[in-house]
Amino acid sequence: MPKWEGKLEKVDEFRWRIPKSYKKGMRVDGLIYADEGMLRQIIDDQAPEQVANVAFLPGIVGKSLAMPDIHWGYGFAIGGVAAMRVNDGVVSPGGVGFDINCGVRIMRTNLTREDVSPKIKELIDALFYAVPSGVGSRGKIKLGSREIDQVLVKGSRWAVEKGYGRPEDLETTEGKGEMEGTDPQRVSQRAKERGIPQLGTLGAGNHFLEVAVIDEIYEPDIARAMGMERVGQVVLYVHCGSRGLGHQVADDYIKEMVRAMQKYGIEVPDRQLSCAPVNSPEGKNYLAAMRCAANYAWANRQCITHWVREAFCRVMGMSENDAGLQLIYDVTHNIAKIEDHEVDGKKEKLCVHRKGATRAFPAGHPDIPQKYARIGQPILIPGDMGRASYVLVGTERAMSDTFGSTCHGAGRMRSRSAMKKQTSGRDVLAALEASGVTVRAGSMSGLAEEAPEAYKDVADVVRVAHGAGISRKVARTRPIAVVKG
Amino acid sequence: MKKYELIEHTSDTGLVAYGKTLAEAFANAAAGMFSIIAEPDSVREVESRRVEASGDDIEGLLFEWLNSLLYYFDVEMLLFKRFDITEFEDTRLVAECRGEKYDPSRHRLKTGVKSATYHMLEVDRRQNRVRVIFDV
Repeated sequence: MPKWEGKLEKVDEFRWRIPKSYKKGMRVDGLIYADEGMLRQIIDDQAPEQVANVAFLPGIVGKSLAMPDIHWGYGFAIGGVAAMRVNDGVVSPGGVGFDINCGVRIMRTNLTREDVSPKIKELIDALFYAVPSGVGSRGKIKLGSREIDQVLVKGSRWAVEKGYGRPEDLETTEGKGEMEGTDPQRVSQRAKERGIPQLGTLGAGNHFLEVAVIDEIYEPDIARAMGMERVGQVVLYVHCGSRGLGHQVADDYIKEMVRAMQKYGIEVPDRQLSCAPVNSPEGKNYLAAMRCAANYAWANRQCITHWVREAFCRVMGMSENDAGLQLIYDVTHNIAKIEDHEVDGKKEKLCVHRKGATRAFPAGHPDIPQKYARIGQPILIPGDMGRASYVLVGTERAMSDTFGSTCHGAGRMRSRSAMKKQTSGRDVLAALEASGVTVRAGSMSGLAEEAPEAYKDVADVVRVAHGAGISRKVARTRPIAVVKG
Repeated sequence: MKKYELIEHTSDTGLVAYGKTLAEAFANAAAGMFSIIAEPDSVREVESRRVEASGDDIEGLLFEWLNSLLYYFDVEMLLFKRFDITEFEDTRLVAECRGEKYDPSRHRLKTGVKSATYHMLEVDRRQNRVRVIFDV
């Protein structure tokens, strides 16, 4: 792929503007968050062109934003944020992605590395067997064709009512793990058929379960409020999404939007950006179906959380309470949400697309849990299997500059096929074991695709997000054991 | 003649498929997609499904055709390897697809394909060549 040679202007140390004069049809500027080092890598492919293309979409306000983990996606870049006016703007399924509400959650524990290390192999095996993972994985939950609708409406609450996890988990899930404004009738039969056998499964690709250890705390007071008290403390991550149900919803509505664009006379540079007015029947139907898929993903993570707790407690020989397995937070990083933001000094209702980007609301925002009202919304930035992950909090600066959004992960740097040529699953496994990370993977070639070298260093990504003020570093964790789908 | 070639894309995987006819290129694109999911050599032709797909235009048909096959993999765990397209128009096709259900003792699954995308999707009628990028 050729290097991108478009127009780019330096705003400051962490921000680069693609002026709307770059391409006829751009309604607003593009803005990429990166430092000089990261930028060199970003312009190596066509991701900035995609940032410019998103600026074509009707009703876009502010700027077409790219977070520092930006990489070339399909239609929208991954790591993109775009906000459209609800009144006269559009919603685009491609701006959410195929894995609707792909997201990550983190649980704290009372245990330390010393407690867990002697049993780490046993623990990771237990997690591997407790949570079905891998390509085409099937769940243990028997869902009737009617019950799927309940999952789509209630999200995490459905899971808790069925005994998967605890009511307090809902408090520390973004939007309580239940989006309103759903309509299961807008979800096709095909999507439901794909979703029914897969509820309670991790899937494959970059999805994972991880046992990690806190290795640095930057903001002790904030970390303590989240239950992260000390270096050496063990935490658990779950990263997955809405499985085939979400993929099918995206397929169905991308097709519908291609049709709708003709109807509404909208033109975009890439069909994958197809969209329809937020207030049109097509836009409303997509949002209702997307919210159903988002709720499915939350129910999915909630069921998995329950099995992770059971497996952890069984191996460690202790009760859930003694283990202190509280959910710190759960974030989504592929979603479109209707939110209130200030635009040019006045409050507006916007449809905020976050594709590979995380909400980053500040302290005092009404949409974050009471227990975090003082510190801001926790943000989880998983890195690759070998290096670190970060916990951050949202800031006022994110609210004013990025529609309350920040990065979502390390960001892929090398293609899957390049990784498979460069390394093998066995080599990756051996290198990780040598660096103290125990791995269980469903597929060796999948492991090669997900090798740490495939990703940017998440530390660089977080340094830019922190430096630009759109989130604040709280703590860093390092993996000690990983289940890869 | 090569049936298909996998192409690299930073976050995803794509392919270019060829054929003596456009229908054959569509069939080869399907074979290429399943080669991303599993090693085709290990798949036998013991089950068959009649798959019908339709789209608003030829590009939409390619998108829908590939995604319909992914539906069969998710719901029935069917790995297909042979695709006989019996009817082929710009907006509709019918195919007899043969393969078998995933058997963990014999099949090694490689990469999950979430969906075909419209990004860089191309149907070249003159050369009977198609290109598609997958979200994996």
